[in-house]
Amino acid sequence: MSAKSVAVKEDTAANREHLHDLLYKMILIRQFEDKCAELYQAQKIRGFMHLYNGEEAVAVGTMSVLRPDDAILATYREHGHALARGVDTGRLMAEMYGKLEGCCRGRGGSMHIFDAKTNFYGGNAIVAGHLPLAVGFALAFKKQGKNSISVCFFGDGAVPEGEFHESMNLAALLQVPVLFLCENNLYCMGSAIKYTNSNTNLWEKGAAYNVPAERVDGMDVLAVEAAVGKAVEHIRSGKGPYFLEVMTFRFRPHSMFDAELYRTKAEVEDWKKRDPIPAFVSYLKERSLITADDLVNIEHKAAAEVQKAVDFAEAGTWEPVEELTRFVYSERRQS
Amino acid sequence: MNATLEMVHLNYREAVRDAIREALNRDERCFLIGADVGHYGGCFAVSKGLLKEYGPERILDVPLSESTYTGIGLAAAMAGMRPIVEVMTCNFSLLALDQIMNNAATILHMSGGLFNTPVVIRMATGAGRQLGAQHAHSLEGWYAHIPGIKVLAPGTVEDARGMLWPALEDPDPVLIFEHQILYNLEGDLSVPPPVVDIEHARIDREGSDVTILTYGACLHKSLDAARILAEKGIQAEVIDLRSLRPLDNETIMRSVAKTHRALIVDEGWRTGGISAEISARIMENVFYELDAPVERLCSAEVPMPYSRHMEQAALPQPEGIVALVERMVF
Repeated sequence: MSAKSVAVKEDTAANREHLHDLLYKMILIRQFEDKCAELYQAQKIRGFMHLYNGEEAVAVGTMSVLRPDDAILATYREHGHALARGVDTGRLMAEMYGKLEGCCRGRGGSMHIFDAKTNFYGGNAIVAGHLPLAVGFALAFKKQGKNSISVCFFGDGAVPEGEFHESMNLAALLQVPVLFLCENNLYCMGSAIKYTNSNTNLWEKGAAYNVPAERVDGMDVLAVEAAVGKAVEHIRSGKGPYFLEVMTFRFRPHSMFDAELYRTKAEVEDWKKRDPIPAFVSYLKERSLITADDLVNIEHKAAAEVQKAVDFAEAGTWEPVEELTRFVYSERRQS
Repeated sequence: MNATLEMVHLNYREAVRDAIREALNRDERCFLIGADVGHYGGCFAVSKGLLKEYGPERILDVPLSESTYTGIGLAAAMAGMRPIVEVMTCNFSLLALDQIMNNAATILHMSGGLFNTPVVIRMATGAGRQLGAQHAHSLEGWYAHIPGIKVLAPGTVEDARGMLWPALEDPDPVLIFEHQILYNLEGDLSVPPPVVDIEHARIDREGSDVTILTYGACLHKSLDAARILAEKGIQAEVIDLRSLRPLDNETIMRSVAKTHRALIVDEGWRTGGISAEISARIMENVFYELDAPVERLCSAEVPMPYSRHMEQAALPQPEGIVALVERMVF
């Protein structure tokens, strides 16, 4: 058993390092997103952009139990997933800028992050459109006799879509290794969950498809890590798909064009009291697992990483317009 | 023809089945996925017997979830498999349009060239069997609108047999439209079957007076019309387009520059259809070669009616082709 999966059980150096890494990644995402908002105001980043503030524990707690050979499919609110997965921060920021040095040469943008090295398959901006893909990756892994799994992040807004139901049914029928991870942040854009789901206990929908399911506190990174660890163990042992409903909340508007008329400031403030980052810091402090110096160092390290990414993006170049029609069809034949 | 060459007589349906067999035999990454492809044997009996021959791992029955099983095929292809997705008919492919248009056609581009999607999606197309409006669409021209995918329309037994393998070898998503009226079309093929490409149009019948550009079931109607025209002293050149995306501009333009007249026969609707695209390209490329305006014969702009006389009236027919050509050549 790795140090990662025993989480906080023992106060070993390796465990401390792991906990500090979880905290670092959450802080990195928070700072990256705040910087993105700033850069959006400065019109360095354009288009639609959806920030992950408040939901950091979900991506970070999940990625920490996955293997490099697993396939990740995320939504259009995926900067956090990309960072937690280890997509290069500079190339991610350069993609926001639309620069050639971006991870998709600026062809994708904020909503379409892809990365081959980390098996990161989007950045998918059609709600629920990537669930079938996750089942397809899982089917391929099963056929190839690999022990890899696919992990699909989606929001509560994807659950009423047909592709959610088709994908759950097919994943269970085919008994393929896929984790369906619903980030339930209670709002599908501007529609509260009570307006979008007849049964708001989304995890209960797993039973309809014979997919084991449970609800998890998404503001607690260790709870997420433990639940995902259990789900992944089930999936990797060949027992088929698993469904997690992870309860979370986005602190910022849906996108940069959202006046937030559909929810109260009080509700947002209430959820901010459960901010996963200070909550985790308190948890670590109470157990003497982090010092004040450690925390300052982590914050500085994240800030330096974000600044380095911005510098990298700023120094980036624009893809020559002559290359416009590339990547519509493949440039090489395959074997 | 070489007298020692072995020939086999088969129909279009059997040709597609043999093509699937060849793919399964040649590449262990290949599998067939679709609703009723296994136990039922395919809704047009194309895959009849294959489940018994190859087992459920290679012939994968899935429920009616067009979008999801198309997406499954697409992602399995990204992950290194070589799936053949069978969507019963193009009418149902609209339920999978999200996967075809938003995913298959975009992922290579959105990812800046990182991930290609070498999936093959087969489906039946077309009218003529009195199935009413929801089972009679011709959507191949419509799909040909989309950059990022390739669109094939096998109109012969040879192409039904030969197009699948090069489609599977292609690194990008390929849609194959098999006209449902052609499944019983018979023909002779050499053994081993002829190797075909999926890029070029083919001159099916040479002629000097007019070029008829067509594909699929309308190819045979055009050939019938060309025979009637020949009796009247008009030599029509009939071109089987074979691929609607990309279109083989060179073959089209060379022929039109030779005959100076062009008629496009297309089972799709006229407005905004592939016939409009071909007509525009002729105008752009060989306008000064034309001795008459480009003409089009397409399906009537109605949802396909059920009753036989009305359905036949809605579809392009050899008599209509003959009449149009006679008008074009004076």
